[in-house]
Amino acid sequence: MKKFDKERVLLAVAGPVMALVAAILLTSVVLLASGKNPIEPYHLMLQQLGYSDVQVLIINQASMYYIAALAVALGFRMNLFNIGVDGQYRLGAVMTAVVGAHVALPAALQVPLLLLVAILTGAFWAGIAGVLKVTRGVSEVVATIMLNAIATSLILYLTQTNTWGVQVGNNMTTGIMKKSGWIPGIDLGADTGEVYGLVFLAVIMGVLYWLVLNRTRFGFDLRATGESETAAAASGVDAKRMTLTAMLISGGVAGLAGLPLLLGDSHTYSLTFPEGLGFTAIGIALLGRNNPGGIALAALLWAFLDKASPALDYATPVAYEKEIATIMQGLIVFAVVISYEVVRTWGLRRQQSRVGAELAAAARNNSEKKEVAA
Amino acid sequence: MSTATIAKPQAKQPGKGGRRFSLPVLLLIIAGALILTSIVRLITGADGITSTGQMSTALRAAVPIGLAGLGGLWAERAGVVNIGLEGMMILGTWFGAWAGYQWGPWTGVVVGILGGCLGAVLHAVATVTFNVNHIVSGVAINILALGITRYLSKFTFADTSEGSAKQSPPIDSLGNFDIPGLSSWLNTLNEKHWFLISDIAGLVGGLVTNLSPLTVIAVALVPATWWVLWRTAFGLRLRSCGENPVAAESLGVNVYKYKYLAVIISGGFAGLGGAFLSIVASNVYLDGQTGGRGYIGLASMIFGNWMPGGLALGAGLFGYTDSLNLRGGATNVHALILLLGFLLVAGAGYLVWKKRYVPAGITAAVAALMFVWYATTDQVPTQLVGASPYIVTLLVLSLSAQHLRMPKADGLPYRKGQGK
Repeated sequence: MKKFDKERVLLAVAGPVMALVAAILLTSVVLLASGKNPIEPYHLMLQQLGYSDVQVLIINQASMYYIAALAVALGFRMNLFNIGVDGQYRLGAVMTAVVGAHVALPAALQVPLLLLVAILTGAFWAGIAGVLKVTRGVSEVVATIMLNAIATSLILYLTQTNTWGVQVGNNMTTGIMKKSGWIPGIDLGADTGEVYGLVFLAVIMGVLYWLVLNRTRFGFDLRATGESETAAAASGVDAKRMTLTAMLISGGVAGLAGLPLLLGDSHTYSLTFPEGLGFTAIGIALLGRNNPGGIALAALLWAFLDKASPALDYATPVAYEKEIATIMQGLIVFAVVISYEVVRTWGLRRQQSRVGAELAAAARNNSEKKEVAA
Repeated sequence: MSTATIAKPQAKQPGKGGRRFSLPVLLLIIAGALILTSIVRLITGADGITSTGQMSTALRAAVPIGLAGLGGLWAERAGVVNIGLEGMMILGTWFGAWAGYQWGPWTGVVVGILGGCLGAVLHAVATVTFNVNHIVSGVAINILALGITRYLSKFTFADTSEGSAKQSPPIDSLGNFDIPGLSSWLNTLNEKHWFLISDIAGLVGGLVTNLSPLTVIAVALVPATWWVLWRTAFGLRLRSCGENPVAAESLGVNVYKYKYLAVIISGGFAGLGGAFLSIVASNVYLDGQTGGRGYIGLASMIFGNWMPGGLALGAGLFGYTDSLNLRGGATNVHALILLLGFLLVAGAGYLVWKKRYVPAGITAAVAALMFVWYATTDQVPTQLVGASPYIVTLLVLSLSAQHLRMPKADGLPYRKGQGK
């Protein structure tokens, strides 16, 4: 019954493509306005793709973006805005680092323990917002924004020397984790670097995300609640429980987002740990249309812009500002949301006129017993 | 200025009579809080909690938050959620500093406002014309504003002798002034550390000491906003777009126009808040100067139940905790634990009077915990001081979210003619 619908595919692809073209054009306008060559930076950045060390950097970065964006997307599917992914991810990483530095089990137990700590921490932090929403009606957007800020303070407290912090030079860290919790990467040689072992976790989670949402009762209920809470309630879904569960899962996934870096490379949480990943993830989830494949492409694109742009600063003979990549990311998000909306209304109008035409045709020859295919 | 506005009767709330405080009750509550604070100060000896300097710093910290909150109020009253306040503030800090160091601080203020408006136009186009989800558009503006200001800094500030890619050259001051006579008299009164009188002197003294003209303007904008939104035809139409755009449209209001105007004014407020940060609060633009104040402004607006008076109160609270942080207030915050304990006891008493015994018991237990905490420690971790405004907001929201009433069509999409 499931036919390959050409029009639907066209509509699905038209949005992102339009957005990318618009974003590139606008970025070129910015470059032109600042008296720079409007094409050369893209060329320079694409050149970076050829270097294997940059490729590794991109894949590693994308794995973190991917997990965080899955967390955001899970909320989106349920019509929940988890702006708190950033706090959940940082807190998850801190707690994992602390446990990893103080508990020494054999690797077969240590790694699952660390993953569990990360999931539980993230879920707990998101759960606060979930409980407040379900029991007290507090908007999850505001609650998670507050929780992000509280997480920042909490992390500063946890990394103090009289709690669990260890000072290394000017940087506060949580101490080096025990070796059994390190996850080996794929070593591609000294100049190329290592692909984090947990990149595979990201892939597995993408598959799980798809399976759970599209092939289970729970996933169906979740999407149904996101589409229409009243309709879902009518079919026997407890919307409140669904909200809380979705928030907990989203937080748990967010808690894992920092682990590829933590267990694969840094082995300690320090103040230089990347911030703002959760906000970036919102853009990535939007660009990928909450679809696991789309999010993967979006995460790779974002990581590419991140990792290829520093080369712009050192380009010869003319250097460019690497911040142009940030502008481009912002423009992409904008272009994406606007183009999706435009494409959606355009598709709706087309559908309407098609159905209208079919109905009119059916009305004209109503003597014939013709079925109306809507 | 906040007392008068908060007491104004607004839209009737079905079934919940007497939810609003009347003016005398509110004054009594404020007086009670002051007396309690004074008692706590005498017990703990933490004179800093109501010193003139503390209050003056608090006001200075509250202004940008309050301006961002007012920005949020304007947009949300017209039905547009504005998470992009943070980005518009960033634009305000940058444009304010950029014009400020070249053509003087007042030009900087104006250009800062325009910078905020620029971000707002983008938000309005996305949310009003294209019906994009408001939060998504706001998040995008925050990303974009950060990128644009960093990019522009490299072209402008990095080439100047005193600036760098992360910092602008210094901007001339707008000047500071005290209310002559009153300020010094209140300050001496404050330093006597008398019961209650010194505290009131500190509170009022903080409001008249070391003022920037921009602070005065910002404070005046709170009642001005209230007057425009609740006492003019323009304001009524604007608010009707946030409550029921279809009904407004049926009465001939151009909803798109009002939404655009509201969002642009909102950006102007955020931009002014940003310009205040770079021109008055410090005298340079710094990368990351806003530090999430746009979000906090939004929180103060929700805290204040989408009303200017409550918003000013919320911004004051945030400013006060900020000032505790700035002035190294670990001991002062320790004293405030005691105050919190007293307040909780009062709350428990109120609940008992209302015959709600279970919540009263919980409140009393929490109060007891506060006293134990106070007695067993000497200091509070400074990080807790930093987190306290957010915790307070969460607490207030969780206790009162059901009594808060946001504009009915806030954040909802609207198409012209959708009601037909």
